[in-house]
Amino acid sequence: MATVLEVSVRVGRRSEAVLLAIACAIAIAARAFVDANAGPGIDGSLAAYAMAVVAIATAAHVVIRLKAPDADPVLLPAILALNGLGLAMIHRIDLAYLDRGRETHFAQAQMMWAVIGIVAALIVVAVLPDHRLLRRYTYTAGALGLIGLLLPLAPGIGLEVNGARIWVSLFGRSLQPGEFAKIAFVIFFAGYLVSHRDTLALAGPKVLGIRLPRPRDLGPILVVWAAALLVQVAERDLGASLLFFGLFVAMLYIATQRISWVIVGMGLFAVGAVIAGTLFSHVGARYDAWLNALDFTVYDSGRSYQLVQGLFGMASGGLFGTGLGEGSPALVPYAESDFIMASLGEELGLTGFMAILALYLVVVQRALRAAIGVRDGFGKLVAAGLGFAMALQLFVVVGGVTRVIPLTGLTTPFLAYGGSSMIANWLAIALLLRISDLARAGAADSARAAQVAA
Amino acid sequence: MNEPIRRLSVVTLLLFLTLMVAASWVQFAKAGELGEDPRNVRTLYRQFGSFRGPIIVDGQAVVRSVPVDDPFNYQRTYTDGPLYAPVTGYYSIGPGRSGLESTQNALLDGSADALFWTRLGELFAGQEQEGASVELTIKADVQRAAYDAMAGKRGAVVAIDPRTGAILAMVSTPSYDPTTLAVHSSSEANRIYSSLVADQTDPLINRAIGGDTYPPGSTFKLIIAAAALDSGYTPDTLIYAPQELELPGTTATISNYGGTRCGPTDNISLAEALRVSCNTAFADLAMRLGWGVIERTAAKFGWGQSLEIPLVVTPSRLPDSPNEPQIAQSAIGQFDVRATPLQMAMVASAIANDGQLMKPYLVSTVRSPDLRVIEHTSPETLSSSLSRDTAGALNAMMQGVVAEGTGSNARISGVAVAGKTGTAETGTDAAPHTWFVAFAPADDPVVAVAVLVENGGDLGNEATGGRVSAPIARAVIQAAIDSAAGGS
Repeated sequence: MATVLEVSVRVGRRSEAVLLAIACAIAIAARAFVDANAGPGIDGSLAAYAMAVVAIATAAHVVIRLKAPDADPVLLPAILALNGLGLAMIHRIDLAYLDRGRETHFAQAQMMWAVIGIVAALIVVAVLPDHRLLRRYTYTAGALGLIGLLLPLAPGIGLEVNGARIWVSLFGRSLQPGEFAKIAFVIFFAGYLVSHRDTLALAGPKVLGIRLPRPRDLGPILVVWAAALLVQVAERDLGASLLFFGLFVAMLYIATQRISWVIVGMGLFAVGAVIAGTLFSHVGARYDAWLNALDFTVYDSGRSYQLVQGLFGMASGGLFGTGLGEGSPALVPYAESDFIMASLGEELGLTGFMAILALYLVVVQRALRAAIGVRDGFGKLVAAGLGFAMALQLFVVVGGVTRVIPLTGLTTPFLAYGGSSMIANWLAIALLLRISDLARAGAADSARAAQVAA
Repeated sequence: MNEPIRRLSVVTLLLFLTLMVAASWVQFAKAGELGEDPRNVRTLYRQFGSFRGPIIVDGQAVVRSVPVDDPFNYQRTYTDGPLYAPVTGYYSIGPGRSGLESTQNALLDGSADALFWTRLGELFAGQEQEGASVELTIKADVQRAAYDAMAGKRGAVVAIDPRTGAILAMVSTPSYDPTTLAVHSSSEANRIYSSLVADQTDPLINRAIGGDTYPPGSTFKLIIAAAALDSGYTPDTLIYAPQELELPGTTATISNYGGTRCGPTDNISLAEALRVSCNTAFADLAMRLGWGVIERTAAKFGWGQSLEIPLVVTPSRLPDSPNEPQIAQSAIGQFDVRATPLQMAMVASAIANDGQLMKPYLVSTVRSPDLRVIEHTSPETLSSSLSRDTAGALNAMMQGVVAEGTGSNARISGVAVAGKTGTAETGTDAAPHTWFVAFAPADDPVVAVAVLVENGGDLGNEATGGRVSAPIARAVIQAAIDSAAGGS
C-alpha cells in the first residue's frame, strides 16, 4: 500500500490574497462611510475608487507572486489597509474643508502619490533580485542621506512650514527630503556597521560597573550626535533629530550587541536636548507648549492650539468614535497630515485608534522577524533598521499628538497626506518584501526538498 | 545579531504600549474633562448640532431648527420671536437657555427618558437623534391680540381657559427676539445678551409669572369679597363705607379714589362696594373678618404656592401677621400683598369655573419625531377655591362692575363680561400700576384674563385699571371668544 506523505509548503501567497481582499474591503468600506455620512452620498465615484483599489491590490499581488514568491504575506495587506484608511480620512477632511468654504483635493493627490509609491515599490521588487547589491552603495547612500537631511537648510530652496524647516521646494513642488534620507541612512548605517562591528564591539574602560566602548571608537556616534543636534536646532525639528539618532543607536546596538552604546547614546541625546532647550528659545518654547499645553496663557498665545484641539477631537471620539464623517476633525489645523491620527481617533474612537496602532505593530514585528530570518548581517541590519525606524517614527508622531512627547513635524507613514512620505515609505516596504523573500526562501526550499524526498 | 533584534522587538512593543496607554488616557480617562473644557467647541457642536424639536402653536411651528451649512448644522429660528419669547425663551450658545427651551430641553433635544425607544430605533436605523415636538395651549390669535394691545406699554397679559387651566395667551412687554440670541457665535450672543440684561426695561423678564411681583390693588378685593361671602355675608349685606376710614391705633386714614363717598349713606351693600371699588368699605370689612379668613381664602386661590406650568412661577405673597392698619391696607391690595398676573388670572378663572381652580398649563401635547404622543396634559383641579354659590354671587357682582361700574371699558356688546379693576400705588412718585381681571361670557365662561400695565402706561397719574387695562382685557376676551367659536 503506497503512502502519500503531504508536506504543505506555507509560503503564504494564498493567505496574502485573502488578507488583501480584507484590506480592500476596509479601504472601500471606509470611503463608503465617508461618502454616506459627510459627502453627497454613495455614487459612481465610489465604484471607480473600489475598482482602482482592487486593481492595485491585484497588480501588487501578481508582481509579488512572480518576483518575490516567498515574501512575507502580511506586510502588503497591512500597509494597504493603512493606506486605505488614510485615503478615506483625507477624503473626509476634504469634505469638511469644503463645508467651511475651502476647496481642497488632498485625497485625489494622495491617491496619485499612493499609486506612484506602490508602482515604485513593485519596480524595486522586480529589478532588485537581492538586497545585498545595495551594500555596494554604502557611502553613496550615506552622502545622499546627509544631503537629504541638510537640504532644507540650503538658502533659496529650504522652506519653513508650521515652524519646522524640513521642507525643500524643487521645480515648484515641495518635498520632505528627510523621508528619503531615512532609507538612505538605514542602508549607510547597515553597510558601515556590518564592516566595522568588530572594532566597535571592542571593550573599553569599565565605569560604574558598565564596560564602555573605547574612546577612539566614539567618533562615529559623536558625528551622528552632532548632526542630530544640528537638525534639532537649525531645522527646529525634534522629531527628525530623535529619529535619526535613535535609529543609529539601535543599529549600533544590533551590530555590536553592546548595551553600553545605548547608554552612551541616551546620555548624549539627553544632554543635547537639555542644551538645545536652554540655549535656543524656539526649542524651549516647544517644550513649554508641550508641558503646559492646557494652560490658558500658553493656549491663548496659539502655541498649543493645534495640540489641544487634537486632544479635544480624540476625547470627543471616546471609545467608539463619532463614526466616519460624523465628527469635526477639520477644527484641528493640519488635520489631514500632522494630525491625521487625531482625526482618526475622533471618528473611529479609541477602538479604531488601537486597531491602527496594531496594524503598525504587525508591520514592525514582521520587519524584525525578516531581520532574524535573513542570513546576512547587512540584510539583518537593513530590515531591523527599517522596522525600528517605523516604530520610532510612529512613536514620535503619535506620542506628539497624544502629548507623550513634544509635538514634531514628522509624518505618520502611509496615513498622513504627503507625497515624499508616501513614496519613501513604500520604498522601505519594497526592501522589506525583498529581504523577507530571501529570509523565507531558505525555509521554503528545504520544505519543498522534503516534499520531493518523500 | 538575532538576540539584540529580539530585544529591540520588545522595545518596539513597549513604545506601542506607551502609545496605547496615552491614547486610552486621552480618549477614555480624560475624555470627560476634555469634553467639558470651555475651549472645546465640539461639545457645543454636539449639543447644538442635532435636530431639536419644534415648539408649536395652533399647528404652526413658532420655534424650529432649520438646516444650515455651518458646523452646527441647524439654526434655531423663532417666528414672531418677541410675541412668544416670554413662553419659548431662548436657546443660545452664549447665555444658555430659558423659558420652555430650558424646562422642556430633554424632550426638545431628544435625550428624555420618554424618548428612549425612539432613540433606540434611530440608533439601529443609523439616523441622527431627533427631538420631540412640543405643542402649546397658546392660541395665536389671542396671543397676538394681547401683544398688540400692549404695544408701547410695560406689563403683562395672561389669558386662561377657566374650564381646563389651559393658558391661551401669555404676553410680557417689552419683549425681545430670541433669534438674535441664537446666533452661532458665542461672543456675539453674549454681547446681545449683556445689552438685554443692561436694558432698564428688563425685556428678558417674563412679567406674567416672575420678576418683581406686583401689588394687586383693588383686584384683591375679590379675595376679601370671597372671604366675606364664605363667612355668611351676601351680596346684599350692608357694610360700613365711610368717606374716610380712620385706622385703629394710628393717625393714618384710608380714603376712596378721588376722596369721594361710596354711596349716599355710610352703609352700602357688598355688591355695591365692589361695583364702585370702595376702599373704606373693604378695609373695614377685612378688619372685621380677621386676617386668618383672608389668608385661607387667598391660599385657596394659589397664594404662596409655587407652580410649574412648566415654567417656574414666582409664588404670590401675603404679609406675615399684619396688625389692624396693615390688614386694612392689605384689603385694598397694598402694603405687602403681591401677585403675579398669572395669579390674578387664576382668581378670575376660579370664580368663572364655579369655584373650581384648574391648574394652569402651557404644554398640551409632546410628540416623538415619529408623531407618537408621549405626553399629554389632562386638565387637573388645583383646589376648590369657592363654593358654587359663592362663585355665582361673585360672578354676578363682577358683571355689575363691567355693566355699570369701574370696568365699563371692558363691555362687549352681546357678551356679559365679569371683571374687576385695580389701580395699585407703587409707594413712590411713579404712576400707579393698573390692573384688570375678567372673564366672559359670564354665564358660560371660555376665557379668564388678567392685564397688568406698569405705571399706568401712557396715562401716567391719570391712569386707572378701568381706563388703561380694561380696554386691553376687552380685546383679549373678544379674540378668545372668536377663537373658541372658530375652534369648536
